[in-house]
Amino acid sequence: MADQDAVDLDRRKFLTVATGATAAVGAAFAATPFVASWSLSERAHAFGAPITVDLSKLELGMMLTYVWRKQPIYIFRRTPETVAKLAAHDSQLKDPKSTESDQPTYAVNEMRARRADVAVLIATCTHLGCLPKQRFESGDVELGADWPGGFRCPCHGSRFDLAGRVFNGSPASVNLRVPPYSFQNDNTLIIGLDDATTQGAA
Amino acid sequence: MASNDAAAQVKNGTGFRAWLNQRLPVDKFVSEQLLEYYAPKNFNIWYFFGSLALLVLVMQLVSGIFLTMFYKVGDTTAFDSVEFIMREVHFGWLIRYLHAIGASAFFVVVYLHMYRAMMYGSYKAPRELLWLFGMFIYLALMAEAFMGYVLPWGNMSYWAATVIINLFSTIPVIGPGLVEWIRGDYGVADATLNRFFSLHVVAIPLVLLLLVALHLVALRQVGSNNPDGIEIKENKGSDGKPVDGIPFHPYYTVKDIVGVGFFLTLFAVVVFFVPTFGNLFLEEANFEPANPLSTPDPIAPSWYFTPYYAILRAVPNQRVGALLLLIAVLAFFFLPWLDRSPVKSIRYRGWWFKLFLAEFTVSFLALMYLGLKPATGGYVIAARVFSIGYFAFFGGMYWYSKWDRVKPVPQRVRFHD
Repeated sequence: MADQDAVDLDRRKFLTVATGATAAVGAAFAATPFVASWSLSERAHAFGAPITVDLSKLELGMMLTYVWRKQPIYIFRRTPETVAKLAAHDSQLKDPKSTESDQPTYAVNEMRARRADVAVLIATCTHLGCLPKQRFESGDVELGADWPGGFRCPCHGSRFDLAGRVFNGSPASVNLRVPPYSFQNDNTLIIGLDDATTQGAA
Repeated sequence: MASNDAAAQVKNGTGFRAWLNQRLPVDKFVSEQLLEYYAPKNFNIWYFFGSLALLVLVMQLVSGIFLTMFYKVGDTTAFDSVEFIMREVHFGWLIRYLHAIGASAFFVVVYLHMYRAMMYGSYKAPRELLWLFGMFIYLALMAEAFMGYVLPWGNMSYWAATVIINLFSTIPVIGPGLVEWIRGDYGVADATLNRFFSLHVVAIPLVLLLLVALHLVALRQVGSNNPDGIEIKENKGSDGKPVDGIPFHPYYTVKDIVGVGFFLTLFAVVVFFVPTFGNLFLEEANFEPANPLSTPDPIAPSWYFTPYYAILRAVPNQRVGALLLLIAVLAFFFLPWLDRSPVKSIRYRGWWFKLFLAEFTVSFLALMYLGLKPATGGYVIAARVFSIGYFAFFGGMYWYSKWDRVKPVPQRVRFHD
């Protein structure tokens, strides 16, 4: 080099930007495994497999609680009278037709279920995830004479009917979620699987 | 000047002290930070809480280090190990109570420290950054307290984690995926507990220490405010020292030690005689192990979060409620720019500011109370009213701080109390 004190500013600027940009890309790549480590582990995935529920002992008006994917699942048998009354309080509901709520397509109906008599709901309040408590008695002292029966969340007071639909005035905005499920036969419920018949044959 | 003589002595001197100071600026640091750091001479009782917050931080670090020696993280071991600490480790009960009640004490002194800044306009120029560092400390402290609360894996721990993490599900589009990523499972589980343990004992304490260091460096740069809101650096005597300032040591070191004595006395009374503090500092429901199939009824967060919790519950829409909760916390960050008053201290402000600060104080305390009550009927209505009061203080400040008829600020500090 002719003059070792001469400074090529363009070259210096280019090298600074190029080095900085390369380091930034490297940092982004280096961050990936750490960020990814927080996603569900293979074990958590494996434990999230479908579960089988025997419905033969589930009587009218009774409820079972199962855990699927760490979430409590309420399974209860609705009486024909309950089913008949479900449509009566549509005007008090935020989303009576479940258009804004999260459920499989086969649960987009008044019953929010495949079968009118068996209700399957994810029992985590759609507000902030507490466990809504069973308040099946209509005209509950605390919830008023016009209470048709359903669930009330102890955390923030959200109320849901016997199809998991949220009442007006609740902090929750949408209905209780419905997990994917199907019936292997009349008395065997599979939670976590949309179509048990194909799986059962395999 | 004495410091110049000292400097010469360090440079040319012999002996251990000179040897040390040639290699580490010990004397320089002590003189700059303590002996020749001039603080306003009119500090009142409200000025104890900064040093007390530092004391509680040290207490939490020490008691936390010892708890970590006995605590066993994991969804099947955590609860039992806390019982082991309480019943079988020598003085384990004391170390745990110091830590758990220390968390509440931290928020007591931090809230009073923040309130002092709001009364005397300590967030105003040139202390905006000082205030922002303080607010980041407050955020880090909330995260630290929340994650620490989850570690005993009691039933309230479990459900607090569920509810707080689910707040993120209200974020549009990415919400549900983000919640799963935070938990590391389909629900709050062992994976969640483990990562919270790591964050609680390593990551957030490091962040807190860094922020506290920045807070203190920024404080030394701009100097303390005082109850009169006068810049003492603007009025210096012939010796170049602020006429209204006194050296931090020995004047304020000694004064702070008296404050520490009072504080520790009160703290010890709580630790030894009323550790649960009426279900506020330690909650009954947390003496049961975590149970994903039973939400405690009633459920309420720790008292220091209840004002925000009450705001969240007051709104009959989850997304709006979570957004208002976020705004309620972040509103403090904007105080330096919302406040357009020409004076700092409440002593020289007009009745507009006094009215709104009083109204805010009542709203904050009322929301704190309402957050502990069930979300039914009259409580919800009251929470809505006080939420409006809470936001009015911040929302209106840009205007009322300007309309205020302020009093003339004196040249020298005064002693009112």
